[in-house]
Amino acid sequence: MSTQTSAMAANHIPTENVDTAQPLLQIRDLKKRFSLSGDFLDQLRFKGGKLIRHQEHVHAINGVNLEINRGEALCVVGESGCGKSTVARTVMGLLSPSEGEIHYDGQRIDHLSSRQLLPYRKRMQMIFQNPYASLNPRMTIQQTLEEPLRLHHPNWNRQQIADKVKDVMGSVGIDPDWGKRFGHEFSGGQRQRIAIARALAVDPEFIVADEPISALDVSIQAQVLNLLMEAQNARNLTYLFITHDLAVVEHFGTRVAVMYLGTVCEIATTATLFAKPRHPYTQALLSSIPRLEDDRPQHIRLKGEVPTPVNLPSGCVFHGRCPYANARCIQEIPQLQMQDDGTRVACHAVEEGRL
Amino acid sequence: MALLEVSQLDVRFALRQGEVKAIRDVSFTLERGERLGIVGESGAGKSVAAFSLLNLIAKPGFIAGGSITFEGQTLNTMSERGLRKIRGNRISMIFQDPMMTLNPVLSIGEQMVECLKAHRRISSKEARTIALDKLRQVQIPSPEKRLDQYPHELSGGMRQRIIIAIALLLDPDIIIADEPTTALDVTIQAEIMALLLDLCEQHNVGLILITHDLGVVSQVTQRMLVMYAGRVIEQGPTREIINDPQHPYTQGLINALPQMATPGEKLNQIRGSMPSLSNLPSGCAFHPRCDFIKRADGQTRPACIEQVPGFVQAGNCQVACHMVAELMEDRRLKEESQ
Amino acid sequence: MTMTTKPTKAPSRFQRFSDSFLWYSFKRDRTAQLCLAVFICLVVAAFAAPLIAPTDPYDLRQIDILASELPPFWIDGTDERYILGTDAQGRDLWSIVLYGTRVSLLIGFGAVILQALLGVTFGLMAGYLGGRVDAFFMRLADIQLSFSTLMVAIVVGAVVKATMGSSFYSQYAVLMLVLIIGLAEWPQYARTVRASVLAEKNKEYVDAARVMGLRSKRIMFRHVLPNTLSPIFVISTVQIANAIISEAALSFLGLGMPETHPSLGSLIKAGFDYIQSGSWWITLIPGAVLVVLVLSINLLGDWLRDVMNPRLYKG
Repeated sequence: MSTQTSAMAANHIPTENVDTAQPLLQIRDLKKRFSLSGDFLDQLRFKGGKLIRHQEHVHAINGVNLEINRGEALCVVGESGCGKSTVARTVMGLLSPSEGEIHYDGQRIDHLSSRQLLPYRKRMQMIFQNPYASLNPRMTIQQTLEEPLRLHHPNWNRQQIADKVKDVMGSVGIDPDWGKRFGHEFSGGQRQRIAIARALAVDPEFIVADEPISALDVSIQAQVLNLLMEAQNARNLTYLFITHDLAVVEHFGTRVAVMYLGTVCEIATTATLFAKPRHPYTQALLSSIPRLEDDRPQHIRLKGEVPTPVNLPSGCVFHGRCPYANARCIQEIPQLQMQDDGTRVACHAVEEGRL
Repeated sequence: MALLEVSQLDVRFALRQGEVKAIRDVSFTLERGERLGIVGESGAGKSVAAFSLLNLIAKPGFIAGGSITFEGQTLNTMSERGLRKIRGNRISMIFQDPMMTLNPVLSIGEQMVECLKAHRRISSKEARTIALDKLRQVQIPSPEKRLDQYPHELSGGMRQRIIIAIALLLDPDIIIADEPTTALDVTIQAEIMALLLDLCEQHNVGLILITHDLGVVSQVTQRMLVMYAGRVIEQGPTREIINDPQHPYTQGLINALPQMATPGEKLNQIRGSMPSLSNLPSGCAFHPRCDFIKRADGQTRPACIEQVPGFVQAGNCQVACHMVAELMEDRRLKEESQ
Repeated sequence: MTMTTKPTKAPSRFQRFSDSFLWYSFKRDRTAQLCLAVFICLVVAAFAAPLIAPTDPYDLRQIDILASELPPFWIDGTDERYILGTDAQGRDLWSIVLYGTRVSLLIGFGAVILQALLGVTFGLMAGYLGGRVDAFFMRLADIQLSFSTLMVAIVVGAVVKATMGSSFYSQYAVLMLVLIIGLAEWPQYARTVRASVLAEKNKEYVDAARVMGLRSKRIMFRHVLPNTLSPIFVISTVQIANAIISEAALSFLGLGMPETHPSLGSLIKAGFDYIQSGSWWITLIPGAVLVVLVLSINLLGDWLRDVMNPRLYKG
């Protein structure tokens, strides 16, 4: 297994003329709204004797700026509804952004047609959350893994494709003899390995992983996480890793972006974030991880619950639950600001030195 | 005598492939006001264990053996009528999905009043007062308003608070909570868990917490059971098991947590996955994944493959493992010779 | 990392089928077994009609007009040559019922294949592409459904008869009926397929296929369609029964198969005139065959729906 992995690494040709200074992926002022109002006829409302058009939107992402450098694992953490998965899906072109730009390796990709995107599909791949849904139930493992190879290497012959499938199955720890079986004959962990193999089959340099381990059992989570880290080392992968599990972030991430209600409230290197969380939300989030050492939960209690992203709060989106909020927080949207240790925080209290 | 005593519980499912033993030989006790955690991965049988306590196992499942004794009454042989008096009243349940308990077409108030009136002879007005009081206890903002709201109008965290309020409605002796916070976000999860813990302590209610999250168990419970492939493999005081697990599976489970490894290093994984209940390995069900089936001299311990391990006492814990049994035996022999 | 499970040989297709829930529940369901047996017998008998029928009812030379309205064998006054008796034109009822069943089945299957082709394609496109395509096809389906099959058939039949002449119509009657019934009922398929496509398309394997860079056409037909087959199978059984009934109804009204090439429906119609004169068998025997045929298909469909109900059984 280890010899196979190193052989794979040798085969993996890095992109020529790598500009190391330039981030691999740049997300600029990304916004995504989903309409809740249905089609034009549904939007018409009768109000005050007049017919008016009434539209409601879910503001899933509101101006996100992120950079992902080559070879790093950027973790995006947040609670459900914070827009972290929407960021992942927009980056992969599964959703088109309402506003903003996505640049991959210096090229803008968010407005490309699916045909123009094809060369990028080979370079960026995705791993999904639910291994029970991400494999086509009517296809064998062999078929599932051959499909991307056939598409991206149309000039390969049958033997080359079969060899590559065998290779990639070996590298994720699935016996190549299992190829004729269907997804449902495997356990959750094995299915996730197959899903990872599918993503790795085209030798990508960048992988978006959307909660890849949260549907798995504890003992399997460690296996899959190890596999992802092995693949990163062997293939020099860059990850955008979406998760809600801070313990995983601490272990896996190079840098962390904490999201709340569609905005990034703090970006820092993992060590800094866990040693010295700045944003009040990050502090609360870190304090609520159940740790083995504690006898009793000692967490920071936040007021209320996450507001709906339909009617966003004014000013700082966190002000309704923040213990440090003042009048400015209610009016003015905080911007990410660089701190001395390189952390960027979007918080008026931090900026003013109140916190 | 303990408040709840489960002994050698055996639950099976009659499936078309034949009978599947969902849990075997599960025994534990719960004292008044005690908090017990049942930990295991999916398929370990922890939820089946919880459901069978109140005889809530749905067909094709059935209790094939053992007994469940609550205050001297045997629950597994009791009539449905008798059980109804205990369910919700003396022992209540909290499920992972609040919508399993809440009826979407009735308001919160109606559901709470209905539940109270089913078990007690009181007027609707009195019932409403009690309901309001319980909602205050679970720290729901503006409880009067909530009584007239419907489940879908509330957020996930709020619904789970309502569920806890309903579970506490009849001042039960035991609450069985099946993954009560798994569907919730981390910050909400922490609050709900803290609330549940506070309320159980205040009212001296026993808690059986079923979860896969070792962190939650270590924070909330006093004693814990670790289940694997339908059997209890280790039980004892939570602190002792967390700090010094004896069974190789428990060790593996704890060591696999990311917080136990240096960031960036390889995690200590357990190889393989849990066997399916219809196709269990011989002997100790964990042996194909176990690193300790070999003795120090490199020889495989035959008992691991041939024999289902019984419990041995290790400190205050009971462990079902041949390796631990051998260790304890060696230690005893050494002590005797000295 | 080590391999923890030893690979065994992947089961063959036959093994997969014999292990499947479909086969398991079929083995235990007496009704389904009986219905399938009856259905297969009818189909085999109908399509082997030229081989097993004692006379060829389409051949006028074999018809003996003097032997008309003879009763079946269990009634006195029969002729040994005709076990089920004869009809008003002196055709052997046993032979003509066999040939008639063949015509009915042919129209039923043909119409359903046409419905399925149209409905599955439109439903797949509407569900997967969404937006305007969806709106267009579904409104078209709504409009189509607001005319009943019979009405469409009557209008089309009348127009064709008026323009091309009734001899043209009777020459191509099978084709006409397949077209009419097929075109009239495709929305049933389209709606069912669209509903299950909408459920499937949000699953992650479809996203995975999109991320891979596959074209919509391939995703629709290679990934989504195979996962919507269960409801298509279920609805097909119902639709075959419906198509046979529709054809019988049209023929009964005189808009279907001509009496020279009768289907079960036109046989019932032809015999209906003689029911008053005591020759009840001419209409009742084809009627009974129609009932048994449709009933066995419907019961099979019921069983299939129970087995394939994704809420009861996954896979």
